[in-house]
Amino acid sequence: MLALEHVAQSYGSKPILSDVSFVLSPGQIGCLLGPSGCGKTTALRLIAGFEQLSAGEIRIGAEIVSAFANGRGHSLLPEQRRVGLVFQDYALFPHLSVAKNVAFGLSAMPATDRRMRVAEMLDLVGLSHEAEAYPHQLSGGQQQRVALARALAPRPRLLLLDEPFSNLDVELREKLSLEVRDILKQEAITALLVTHDQHEAFAMADNIGVMNKGVIQQWDTPYNLYHQPINRFVADFIGQGVLLPGEVLNSRQVEIELGVLEGSVDGDCSDEGGCTQCDLGCRVDVLIRPDDIIHDDDSLLMAEVERKAFRGADFLYTLKLPGGQRVLAQVDSHHNHAIGEKIGIRLGVDHVVAFRK
Amino acid sequence: MKTFKSMLLAVSLMVSGYAVQADEVVVYSARNEQLIKPLFDAYTKETGVKVKFITDKEGPLMARLKAEGRNTPADIFMTVDAGNLWQAAQEDLLKPVNSKILAASIPAHLRDPGNEWFGLSVRARTLIYNPNKIKPGELTTYEDLANPKWKNRLCLRTSKKVYNQSLVGMMMNEYGEDKTEQIVRGWVANQATQPFPDDTKAMEAVAAGLCDVTIVNTYYFGRLMEKKPNLPLAIFWPNQSLKNNSAGVHVNISGAGVTRHAKNEAGAIKLLEWLASEKAQNLYADVNMEYPANLKVKPDAAVAAWGTFKPNLINVAQAGALQAKAVMLMDRAGYK
Amino acid sequence: MITAEKAPVAGAFSFVSNASSRFGPWTVALALALLTLIPVTVVALAMLDPDQAIWDHLWRHVLPELLVNTLWLVIGVGIGVTVLGTGLAWLTAACEFPGRKFFSWALLLPLALPAYVTAFVWIGLLDFTGGLATWLRDSWDITWTPPIRSRGGVILVMVLALYPYVYLTARTAFQGQGRRLLEAAQSLGVSRRRAFFRVALPIARPGIIAGLSLALMETLADFGTVSVFNYNTFTTAIYKAWFSMFSLPAASQLATILIFFVLALVMLEQLSRNSAHYANSARGSGGARRIRLGGANAAMATGFASLVFLLAFAIPLIQLLIWTSDIMVSDLDARYFDFAWHSLLLAGLGALLVVSLALALGYAQRLQPTPGMQLTARLATLGYALPGAVLAVGFYIPVAGIDNLIIDTWRDWTRQEIGQVFGGTLFVMLLAYSTRFLAVGFGPVETGLARITKTMDEAAQVLGTTGMKRLFRVHLPMLRAPLLAAAALAFVDIMKELPITLMTRPFGWDTLATRVFEMTSEGEWERAALPAVAICLVGLLPIFFLVKHSDART
Repeated sequence: MLALEHVAQSYGSKPILSDVSFVLSPGQIGCLLGPSGCGKTTALRLIAGFEQLSAGEIRIGAEIVSAFANGRGHSLLPEQRRVGLVFQDYALFPHLSVAKNVAFGLSAMPATDRRMRVAEMLDLVGLSHEAEAYPHQLSGGQQQRVALARALAPRPRLLLLDEPFSNLDVELREKLSLEVRDILKQEAITALLVTHDQHEAFAMADNIGVMNKGVIQQWDTPYNLYHQPINRFVADFIGQGVLLPGEVLNSRQVEIELGVLEGSVDGDCSDEGGCTQCDLGCRVDVLIRPDDIIHDDDSLLMAEVERKAFRGADFLYTLKLPGGQRVLAQVDSHHNHAIGEKIGIRLGVDHVVAFRK
Repeated sequence: MKTFKSMLLAVSLMVSGYAVQADEVVVYSARNEQLIKPLFDAYTKETGVKVKFITDKEGPLMARLKAEGRNTPADIFMTVDAGNLWQAAQEDLLKPVNSKILAASIPAHLRDPGNEWFGLSVRARTLIYNPNKIKPGELTTYEDLANPKWKNRLCLRTSKKVYNQSLVGMMMNEYGEDKTEQIVRGWVANQATQPFPDDTKAMEAVAAGLCDVTIVNTYYFGRLMEKKPNLPLAIFWPNQSLKNNSAGVHVNISGAGVTRHAKNEAGAIKLLEWLASEKAQNLYADVNMEYPANLKVKPDAAVAAWGTFKPNLINVAQAGALQAKAVMLMDRAGYK
Repeated sequence: MITAEKAPVAGAFSFVSNASSRFGPWTVALALALLTLIPVTVVALAMLDPDQAIWDHLWRHVLPELLVNTLWLVIGVGIGVTVLGTGLAWLTAACEFPGRKFFSWALLLPLALPAYVTAFVWIGLLDFTGGLATWLRDSWDITWTPPIRSRGGVILVMVLALYPYVYLTARTAFQGQGRRLLEAAQSLGVSRRRAFFRVALPIARPGIIAGLSLALMETLADFGTVSVFNYNTFTTAIYKAWFSMFSLPAASQLATILIFFVLALVMLEQLSRNSAHYANSARGSGGARRIRLGGANAAMATGFASLVFLLAFAIPLIQLLIWTSDIMVSDLDARYFDFAWHSLLLAGLGALLVVSLALALGYAQRLQPTPGMQLTARLATLGYALPGAVLAVGFYIPVAGIDNLIIDTWRDWTRQEIGQVFGGTLFVMLLAYSTRFLAVGFGPVETGLARITKTMDEAAQVLGTTGMKRLFRVHLPMLRAPLLAAAALAFVDIMKELPITLMTRPFGWDTLATRVFEMTSEGEWERAALPAVAICLVGLLPIFFLVKHSDART
């Protein structure tokens, strides 16, 4: 439904986006995830039609909506793209009631159909009883839902969401992410979400593109991003973990201070240069996530507890290895160890994520 | 500190601008500052007496005099027409003055019969015409301008200005309301265009050919001729051969009276007498190209060059007496 | 310079606000409303002794034409300033076209010219005897004259003189909106042009109406401009009845009708405001890109703005300068410094007082946002709609009355004569100015206060800042732009003001405006050009200020 091909955009001489490409199939929910300044919002605005690209092509459905050819940009006007947009600050029209807001994009419809559609949308987001209220009378979460209803009402082929939950508190955020995902899947809407919050991304998206400095570092499922990041940036950005120095022993083994990691090394060895085969003896950095470390009282390898963070169901311990390296370990919260105490740990990984130095 | 500063500010704002010395004379004047200041300066130079004055339109000045009542600082009320002086007398704002000098200097028809005000200069409201468009003998009287033969050839100033109101008032005095209304209707019908906001614009229209004749105060003619001497305009004195009371050119005065509650009555009378004296009359009248009220004084050379004429001798007070009715008449006749 | 200006405002304001907190907001609002109502009441009281003859005459012969004329004027000017002001505001606030930066502030310059001066210049240029028609006749033998001395002409000139009020308020409103809402509309399939009408315009409505009501009030009160056109309105009839027919009762009857008319307008404005809670919610997020106009559109925009600037300001100013060059040598003397200084002093002090009172009234309304309070606040600003001389005399009569009371009582007690106590003081002058110009100051202040949400107040409170401290640390900084706008508008208006100045000034105190009066009352318009230009030049400074600070956000 949505395809970006080699899209680039600059502000003057400063490049904002470089060679961005990805595809969303109909009904898929995608996400552009990255720190502020990475260009994700610009990408969204390009798709919506509010910015002009300087290279590449954007297609919605079979239609080319933005292209740069023969030195000139061609761009379909935003109002002709049939793309819905949910803004970060909702952008509800303050002078119109909730119902009128939702009906705003439906002026082509006959009045009765319009009323029905508005009722349907309000029902979908659970705000039927607030139809005559004005935006300033609603809470943040309610306003967000109105914004969603409004964007969905004209049956857009694609829905874009710009940091939709960043103005809400954490609990509401989680709850709404799931609700919105359900609605989108129920209506089979293709959607692209833009956010800096990976929890949001994980909760909502089928595919996530991690972005940095205008480039998509990796476009993959949340699971793969977490377990198989293809470069240091993704590894660092997604989830938590540390990089421990190691040495490649053979195509199935890498040795680190904690021991030898068994797992396929072929193709797992990657660095920012994009190499896919590792040489024996080459030095690498291995990604160790908190869930890769298992607390085992029987283990001979001891690490000292430096910090501990209570997270309800578990502790996140920062442990100091005998060699001085630090690792993070996720331990069941029944194991309450004091700071300074030495606890036994062992590795629990079945695959290796390593980056050339 | 802040409170003290604001109090200081408040006090300074309260310093009254109306504190008056004992022998100062205070004048409320509707006659413009640039016309009276040279005069009062000359008076101060000669006598050492300072003259303080405020200028404003007549209406607000009179309202002010009324409001101030007994405690008004004004000694003299000066205007540029008889109507307002008459009204001031009606409202008991002026005081009769028994001055032999004034009685001798100012002719009877130019001062209040009850001696409450005195004309100090005379302005004639006469016909100005384009000599290229009008043959000699065509013009005769004000009333004749209502004749259909003048259709589209007449330009008039607005009826809102007091000068036209006085003119109509005087006509009412002679002909009565009905006939005057007919005359005014005739004027209105003969207008080439809507009334002008001032005399100068009306004269310029005549010069440009929009119309052939208009009615203005002589001093506007004088000023315009001084600035643009090549305009095709000439002055005509109407009503010269009439034998009735309308005989003569309509004149009005600019004049003054002593206020009823003047603090410095003696000083005020002295000033008035000085203004009526031969010395001052030239100053008073010449600066605005008017005719001195004091008949012993010759008008300015440029003014005299316009020729002599018979003025209408009805007491100018009649203009005031009939002013309100004149305004209503002009409204009825459609004279805007 | 800002700090120095702020100090007396702060001082004046702390005085008023202390009073307000001690006596309650209602007292403040009522006191200010009464100030305006005094002249109105004084005039209305004259109706108790009606002059039936004159009233009958007016009713039969004068009123029908007056009503039609005034109605046409109000409607014509209303539509004209709204379309012109809003259109130009949109262009300079939201779009980009060649010359935009210049026009942003240049389009406000007509505020510095008195409207009747603009009127006189245009009539002079376009009338039968004027430059254009004379040239047509002499060079081309064409006898057509532009119909400037007509209803259309009056409306045109007043629109050119008054559109800046709408321009200013509409522009502030558009600037506060942010691009988001338009983009939201576009994402819903509505083109930018339709989005302007369906989104930007409705949200800016309160701002537009605020400017419109100022323009209409000035239209109703105007005497100078309609006199130049000899166009008969209610106001000219009031003057005629009072000063030509010597009938205050008849004048007051007319004035009362006028006041009802104005009240009706005020009610309408009030109703339209109540349905608009949205001043706060429209957050100004995204000073995002301006709409870049291309090709033909850009040319039209620049052309349109240039045309308005030329007609409303540049050409009148040039004509005035030409006239000035003729008489400058003879008329420009040492006294001009005095005139200019008096004008500056009065305008400066007056603006400060107006702003302080406007702030007090705004706070009173904020502390007690009931409909009754809003009505009272509206009444307090009515002075702007009263014809100048009526307000001046209506204000002066009670002042003289109080003076008489004091003088007579003193005389009875001590057998001493004293001069006027209140009459002739700057204090009374400034108070009279406030009565008239509170409306001008109140608009920006009200809008500015509305932007300070309750949550901000509560945030400040939690951080330990309440009352006066909160005022200075939180509110005043946020109100800086609207306060400066209010001060600049009041400053310029006071500089141009005439009837109150004439009536209440101390002996020998002339201002630039009274100079203009002296020249024009005897028809010497060309000589009036020098003080008129001076007024314009002095007024440019606050306007510049105004624009700089209203642009602070962009």
